[in-house]
This record gives sequence, structure tokens and C-alpha cells, in this order.
Amino acid sequence: MSTLVREHYNFAYLDEHTKRMIRRALLKGVAIPGYQVPFASREMPMPYGWGTGGVQVSAACMVPDDRVKVIDQGADDTTNAISIRKFFERTAGVALTERTAEATLIQTRHRIPEHPLSEGQILVYQVPIPEPLRFLEPRETETRKMHALSEYGLMHVKLYEDISQHGEIATSYAYPAEVNGRHVFDPSPIPKFDNPKLDNAPALQLFGAGREQRIYAVPPYTRVRSLDFEDYPFVAARAEHQCALCGALHTYLDEVIIDDEGGRMFVCSDTDYCNERQQANQETGNDAG
Amino acid sequence: MYVAVKGGEAAIDNAHRWLADLRRGDRDLAPLQTQQVSEQLTLATSRVMAEGAIYDRELAALAIKQARGDLIEAIFLLRAYRTTLPRFGTSKPIDTGAMNCLRRISATFKDVPGGQVLGPTFDYTHRLLDFALAADGEVPAALQAKLQSQATSSTGRKPRISDFLDDEGLLQPEPTGDATPPDLTREPVSFPAGRALRLQALTRSDEGFLLGLAYSTQRGYARNHPFVGELRIGVVAVEMEIPELGFSIEIAEIEVSECETVNQFQGSKTEPAQFTRGYGLVFGQAERKAISMALCDRALRWEELGEDNLGAPAQNEEFVIMHGDNIQATGFVEHIKLPHYVDFQSEAELVRRLRRMHAEDATPSQGDTA
Repeated sequence: MSTLVREHYNFAYLDEHTKRMIRRALLKGVAIPGYQVPFASREMPMPYGWGTGGVQVSAACMVPDDRVKVIDQGADDTTNAISIRKFFERTAGVALTERTAEATLIQTRHRIPEHPLSEGQILVYQVPIPEPLRFLEPRETETRKMHALSEYGLMHVKLYEDISQHGEIATSYAYPAEVNGRHVFDPSPIPKFDNPKLDNAPALQLFGAGREQRIYAVPPYTRVRSLDFEDYPFVAARAEHQCALCGALHTYLDEVIIDDEGGRMFVCSDTDYCNERQQANQETGNDAG
Repeated sequence: MYVAVKGGEAAIDNAHRWLADLRRGDRDLAPLQTQQVSEQLTLATSRVMAEGAIYDRELAALAIKQARGDLIEAIFLLRAYRTTLPRFGTSKPIDTGAMNCLRRISATFKDVPGGQVLGPTFDYTHRLLDFALAADGEVPAALQAKLQSQATSSTGRKPRISDFLDDEGLLQPEPTGDATPPDLTREPVSFPAGRALRLQALTRSDEGFLLGLAYSTQRGYARNHPFVGELRIGVVAVEMEIPELGFSIEIAEIEVSECETVNQFQGSKTEPAQFTRGYGLVFGQAERKAISMALCDRALRWEELGEDNLGAPAQNEEFVIMHGDNIQATGFVEHIKLPHYVDFQSEAELVRRLRRMHAEDATPSQGDTA
């Protein structure tokens, strides 16, 4: 089947003209960190809203000797992550891995891996709504003007209203950040726990929104500041629990309901990182913790 | 216990096998042939071609069979195929005035040159279930032949109704030009989009979405008094100029539905009252969509015609274009069934924390009153 697919389609599915168009948008995005570059997003053989932007960006960056990792919710074995990984296996025949450290290209939905990224790695984010101002102003014609004028007052008012109503900023994911001291951008729906990892990262971070036809980027070693106030500083929140499998106290956790009485357990959302820690625990004979 | 997120790969493979099994249905029945779909479910095939934005009856029929009759899924299959095809040129504008009409009606004149041709319409059928169809009742072959010969005899160039109004100056003329039309599948859409791009988006838009919007204009949300000046359905030639030859040749014949509405226009200080147009053109026999498209097109022209923006959805170009595509819409609406437990977890922690803070705030005040 894979051989058949690769005979009928170009490497990584997209034709070379389309890849060139996407690469131009990527270069522009890297040159203006956080700026949303319009691109002629293609209809992909998977639904809009399921990672078509990320898949196009990954396909445009992919080379035959890449080692590709795909995660959804931090895990390699969630259904849509499997589906996208299979797509690249069929259309590009690239090596696949679940190890963050070994991957050259990582496509992600909703998480940044716990294992620190390194120079030369590319992290591709799937983005549903690229416009951080969209829920404050639905008109694209207006939000583009607001970015052009660095007119971000509306966003600060929203965060202030959160504080006045709830006592804290009530945004827990897709938390807006300012990149390179200029553009406010949406880091995609990652939990705000992950926001600090965006800052000054050695890896190239690329964002693709297929349905909304936008690409943006955070180049390596670029300043990313989560929006906050001096008296209400940004806090990277996580559940106050320990991973039941590896004992981690510093990772982002999934909550799992384990019995009919509503009993809960908390486990690392990053499955590769958790496995790595469990193995290390076994080798050193340590208990979880 | 912790098995919920494991085994996804096997689950996907099993889901695909089950889907294929159910698609085939009862093995005692003959399998559905794609030719049966294109010949006997012609209007479903037309809709899939129109919204899939590719004129190919055989592929549309295959897509409908593969999608188990889910037309949006079938449209999606065609779109995903279409996007891989190379663009090797642009046809000349089709001449719908030279259409070989199956059907041609005008609601504005009792009789018109070329005649009113009712054609194969559901319009005056009584919607009574025809149980003879369930018993495989065949239409006599002779009747088919007779009707077809009648249709052929009614062909020949039929003048457009709008041209008669044009001649009298009653109808606002349309601007003409040779500019290459934009291609929304090759360039990202930006606003204001302009009428050419709007029409391109509308003709691919979801029939139900356009129908609802068009209906809203009739009920007062940017009402614009439409009359169906003309509705025609039939076959037109597609011609393409071949640079190497230096002249154009006919490369295909396609069936289209075209609707021109005639709408009232109050006039202004500088212009006397005049009629204006809304335009709809759709692949295949699809008059519901062609009429809906014409109403939406006319509503979107408010600015160009100096009308008031009433804040109606049908007047909002960005709203209509960004939400009319059913492949974009179905993908994004349905994506919320994908795992979101990372985001949900962060929201759950936030709500728990806010509730704790609220409870702590509430406790001392209860103590005060006690």
C-alpha cells in the first residue's frame, strides 16, 4: 500500500510547487516572529481542524532522512497522532520515532514535550484559530489592523476583566504571549504550563493553521513573554499531584477516572517522557518518586 | 486499569474494516454500481460535483458510494482529489446564452422568446410517495424517447430575459472586463474579496447554508425584493484557447443551472430607479442552490449599490465566505470530538481553584454573621 501511495503522490504528499509556496510563507514567518503569514492552504486528505496546517508545514519541511514524531495531547498513541504518523509513513516513508530526543521533526497538538528540545529540531504545532484576538474581535479585517498598529489594549482589558471577576487570569490554555517584543500570538491550545518552554527555545517552532490559511513562527532563541501584569504575574499552572506511573512532580498531568466511584489518578500527559522516567526508575531500583 | 489511550492503532484498523463491511450491507443484495448512482441519483451526484468543485460524474458517483451516501463526506473525497490535480489553463467564459436548455423559466414575463420550458421539474409533483417505484415500476421507453426529442426541438439560442430589460435601461448593466479571475484555491482569501471571488466561494458553498441565508433575506434580514428574471438549466460547451494552436477548441460539455434575479433598486440623487441583479451559477441540475446563490450575491452587493448595511448576516462578506464551505465547517465543528483532555484538565484545575477561592472568601463572612 505504502509503495503504491508513493508511486502516485509526491514525497510527503504535497507537490513541489505547493511546498515552495509554504516554504516562502515559513521564511517570512521566521523573519517576522509571531506575524501570521497568509498562505494558500491546500485541501488535505484529512479533515480541516484535525491538523491540516501542521501536516502541510511538516510536509514542506520534511526530508527523506528525517526522524518524525507525532503527538496529540502529549501522547504518541492517541488516535489522531497515529493517523498523522501513518500518513507520513505512507507518503514519505520517513523513519518514525516516539523519542523526543531522537526526533528531528515533531508535530504536536496541544503540548510541548517535557524533554527539552535541542538545536536543529523542528517543532510543528497544529493550530485551530491562529488569531489571539479572534474571540475579542471576530472580523479579520479589524484584527489585522490591530496587529499592524500593535493595538493590544483589548487583550489587556480582557485579562484585567478576568482578574476583576475571578481574582486571577482565567485563561488556562492558548494563553497569549508576545514574541520578540512585537507581535502578540496564540501559541495554539497548549496548557499555559507549557508557555515558558516557548521562550528562548533552541528549536525552531513553526505553527500551521490550515483552515484559517495562516503560518507563523518562533525562531530559535527568541524571547516569548506570556502576557501578565506586574502585580498579577504569569503562573504556569499544573495539577497539584504526582504522576502515578513515574512519580514526577514537575510534569503536566492528565486526570484519569479509574472506577465507578469516580476515583482519580494523575499521570504524565507526555507518554515518552513518562516511559523514560519509569525505565530510569527501574534501572536505579527507585520507587516512583 | 490505565488502558484508555492505548491500542489506538488496532482500533483505527478495526474501525476501517467495520466501515467497509457496513458499506456493503446485506450480501444477498446486488452491490450498488457507481453508474446506478450517477444515472439514478443524478441530483445527489450534481450536488457533490458542485460543492466538490470538480465536474466529473463518475468520480462523484464513486465518492457517494464510498461515503455510504453521506454527501458532505463525498464532497470531501472529491475536494481532496481535486487539490492534487495540476492546473494547466483557464477556459473561456461559458456562454449560457447558447445553452441547450432542459428547462428555462421566467417569473417576470408571461411569455418570452424561446418559450417557457418547464423541463424535468419536481415543482408541480404532488409529494405523495410513489409505491410503484418501490415495486420497480419502469417508465415506458417510448415516453422517454418522445420527451427527449421534444427537448431537443426546443433547443437553439434563447435570448436572456435580462437582455430585454437591459435594452430598455431598466436593468443596471454589469461591468465587463478581461481581468483574470482570482482562484480561491491557490491564493489565501483576503477582504474585501470582491464580487468575482465571492461568486466563486458561493458556488462551492454548502447548499443548506446558502438556502438559509437566502431565506433570511426574504424574511427581512437585508430584504432586497427579488424576482426570478430567469432560471435555466442545460448543457453548455466549455472552450479553451490553446496557445500552440492560436484558437480555441471545445474541450467539454457541462450541465449547469443559472439563475438571474431582478431586484428593486430605489435609485439615488444621481441615478434614477433601476433594477439590479443577483447571479447564481452551479454545476449540474441544482436550481435551489442557484436561486439561493443569486439572493446571497445580491445581498452582498449592498456597498457597491450604495445601500445601507443593516448588519444582516447575508450582507457580511467575511461572514458568508468564511462560513459557507461545508468541508471547512464540518472539519472544525467535528474536531471537538478529538481528544482535548489536556485543555480540559487545565480548565478543570482552574475552575476547581476558582471555586476554592470562592469558598474561602465565603467562609469568614458566614462567621461574622454567626
